[in-house]
Amino acid sequence: MTMKLTAAEIAGTVLRLLGEIAPEADLTQLNPEVGFRDQLDIDSMDFLNFVIALHEALHIEIPEADYSKLSSLTGCVNYVMTMQGGQKTS
Amino acid sequence: MAEFVMPTLGADMSAGTLVAWKKKEGDRVTRGEIVAEVETDKAAIDVEIFSTGVIEKILVQPGEKVPVGTVLAIIREEGAIAQAAPPAVEPSRLRISPSARQLARELGVDPAGVQGTGPDGAITRRDIETAAQAMGDRRRAIGESPAEPIAPSPAPRAGEAGDRLLRMRQAIAAAMARSKREIPHYYLSTTIDMGRALAWLSEENLKRPVADRLLYGVLLLKAVALALREVPELNAVWKDGQAVQSQVIHLGVAISLRGGGLVAPALHDADRQSLGELMQNFRDLVKRARAGSLRSSELSDPTITVTSLGEQGVETVFGVIYPPQVALVGFGKVVERPWVAEGTVVPRPVVTATLSADHRVTDGHRGGLLLAAVDRLLQEPGRL
Repeated sequence: MTMKLTAAEIAGTVLRLLGEIAPEADLTQLNPEVGFRDQLDIDSMDFLNFVIALHEALHIEIPEADYSKLSSLTGCVNYVMTMQGGQKTS
Repeated sequence: MAEFVMPTLGADMSAGTLVAWKKKEGDRVTRGEIVAEVETDKAAIDVEIFSTGVIEKILVQPGEKVPVGTVLAIIREEGAIAQAAPPAVEPSRLRISPSARQLARELGVDPAGVQGTGPDGAITRRDIETAAQAMGDRRRAIGESPAEPIAPSPAPRAGEAGDRLLRMRQAIAAAMARSKREIPHYYLSTTIDMGRALAWLSEENLKRPVADRLLYGVLLLKAVALALREVPELNAVWKDGQAVQSQVIHLGVAISLRGGGLVAPALHDADRQSLGELMQNFRDLVKRARAGSLRSSELSDPTITVTSLGEQGVETVFGVIYPPQVALVGFGKVVERPWVAEGTVVPRPVVTATLSADHRVTDGHRGGLLLAAVDRLLQEPGRL
């Protein structure tokens, strides 16, 4: 990752990628604190595709052991912020 | 002359609507090439041709719904000429897998300009990805905008989606009712210790880049595919009153579709693929199944179905065989259970594997051997 992104930019990227994977989902209703899989019709293949897309979009390495940290919108934002050395969102 | 007919894409299909021709009269076509798009009750399908030649006459026009077996076009075959002298390599003859070719289309990469690194110079998905990356780098270097991504198909209107779902349910109902009416099912189950397989998978995925990581389900698929080599009578179709064993192992993998319904397209030659290849092809299959771009051979070729409902919290699957197949293997979710190992009770991750099989073709003894083989293979995951 060459340029630090803001929390809003990260969230925007995450929502865009989710929208590509689950195009039928109404992401405006997504609760950022609740896990994606509790709100969206996505399975392990979708989640893997999401992780791959996030890796490719933001150029960050994501070990499999960290997948659980990417289970919600807030989790994703915090994870990427940490990876780029920034502040977590509350 | 050869006939290009409306294919049958499963026991639940009696007719299809020709949506579009990808070729016109006078065009040359090559075996395996996609020449038409057909809509069935379940999905829109890219239909491949099984002969090489020139389209002499198109007999069915877009929008027409015709029964299975109807001649759609007449092909003037060139088989004898093609066999006499090997043709020069042309784009359609490149050594490239269907999966890599599809990826090339999606990424806007011309495979003819890609150097293959696979066996005998075959072009792999990785080669296509590398070429696409290089194209992007070149564009950025000269300040050019990236190519427009391929626009997804417009979402169907609510009414269309509802109609399609209704037709799909009717198709599934017809196939499942036929199955229960005609096939004397028997059911077996076994509990498999997944400790070794899951530990191996974690280690293996540490070595793999994100895009090449394996899902646990791929281990199950490969184990079933290899086990079928040991009990081949379960890898068969029922035809004209008898079982016909298949010489190839094409796993039909049950894939749930967004908005409801499911399809079970084929992962071709699953026993011959490495875990990495199987994973990439599985990913591609799921993606295309949900995008409505499966190929006709993928719906007509499965020789057995594998389904997993573990992600839905199901522990044991009692599947209904999809005719004309004669067996279905099901997996539930991985759960922690007390397990006796060397006289000690220890917690172990276990999964329940089930077999639904046609009693006209096999009995419980042979079915039990299949499940035992799946169990044994999963205890040596490094050899899958």
